[in-house]
Amino acid sequence: MNVVRTTGLTKQYGPLAALAGVSVELAENKIHGLLGRNGAGKTTLMKILTGQGFETSGTVEVFGQHPYENADVLSRVCFIKESQLYPEKFRVKHALRAAELLYPNWDGAYAAALLADFAVPVDQQLRKLSRGQLSAVGVIIGLASRAPLTLFDEPYLGLDAVARQLFYDRLLADYAEHPRTIVLSTHLIDEVSDLIEHVVLLDGGQVLIDADAETLRGEAVVVTGPADAVEHFAAGHEELHRERIGGSLRVTLTGARDRFEPGLDFEPLSLQQLVVRTTQHHGRPVAAGKEA
Amino acid sequence: MKDDGRPLFLQIAEQIENSIVDGSLAADTQVPSTNELAAFHRINPATAAKGINQLVADGILYKRRGIGMFVATDARAQLLERRRGDFTRQYLAPLMAEAAKLGMDAEEIKKLIDIWEPQR
Repeated sequence: MNVVRTTGLTKQYGPLAALAGVSVELAENKIHGLLGRNGAGKTTLMKILTGQGFETSGTVEVFGQHPYENADVLSRVCFIKESQLYPEKFRVKHALRAAELLYPNWDGAYAAALLADFAVPVDQQLRKLSRGQLSAVGVIIGLASRAPLTLFDEPYLGLDAVARQLFYDRLLADYAEHPRTIVLSTHLIDEVSDLIEHVVLLDGGQVLIDADAETLRGEAVVVTGPADAVEHFAAGHEELHRERIGGSLRVTLTGARDRFEPGLDFEPLSLQQLVVRTTQHHGRPVAAGKEA
Repeated sequence: MKDDGRPLFLQIAEQIENSIVDGSLAADTQVPSTNELAAFHRINPATAAKGINQLVADGILYKRRGIGMFVATDARAQLLERRRGDFTRQYLAPLMAEAAKLGMDAEEIKKLIDIWEPQR
């Protein structure tokens, strides 16, 4: 069953198309990775899925219904944003209390355990928390809500490597015990590539990749060797990238099933590298994007 | 897990096979659960399950309903047979390819094997 289904979804901000015809399906009880550069449309898509914005055209279904102002859908959805705004003077415990009221599956004992794990002071005012602690509060609410559809939009800002690993470990353990649909939007692809089961890569508001992570693994290969031999091998494969040094050539190919040829060096391409190469290949100018 | 370009579930299956071959998982003992494997290797539980299912399909593991997965009685014998069959392709072929690059022929390799002693 699909929890999310969009067809030809577009979102227009004035002259800018944040989403330019996105058709995706997110299967139930999987961990989905929503990847893409800043400004690719990830947050816009998640906002529409969680009823915090609406589409310009196309269709969107979450649990079979349109999410906008739909209490039946939204009670099953938890969206953890990169920068959540809280009321002035709100303390950590107030945010948790609000989450408890909002999410039917809320597990208070689990939230308390996570607070201790992440060393978040429960009586502290949210505005006085460090950036990392504030992110930890989001992560804790996202996990303890146990919402059937939970979306994390770059939840790791200010979290150090140890705290991020803690998040991934807790997510995996809790997901194993309470399977649910998770959407993880992140730039730290290497860190999550083994956690996610399905990958959606957006660029310029379009879907570049929509595939199982297992399929993508080993989908592309980097071939290095004498230019002539590499050229010969590369013929007939789709080429994502090429670099040359002296008489050596290094090309990134997709769909190369045969991975052995004397004199050539074959290396697998990580998911992160595949995303980079695919996005570059798509041909947008490489400049630091600005998140919409 | 290490990224060697092969599907993760195959790597999971192979690690369990290695434990069976080296004797650390004996016949008819229980293997770790899908969730334990997922947590240990930090991978998606569905991937771990796929690895386990592959081994069940191959007859290396069997399922005891409500308890878990166990090592088949003849699993080790099966794996040894399969790996011996793969030995030429996996180990001999690369050895001979490298030897050819260095201008060494089969006779030289045979001599090396005759005088070879395991390093301590």
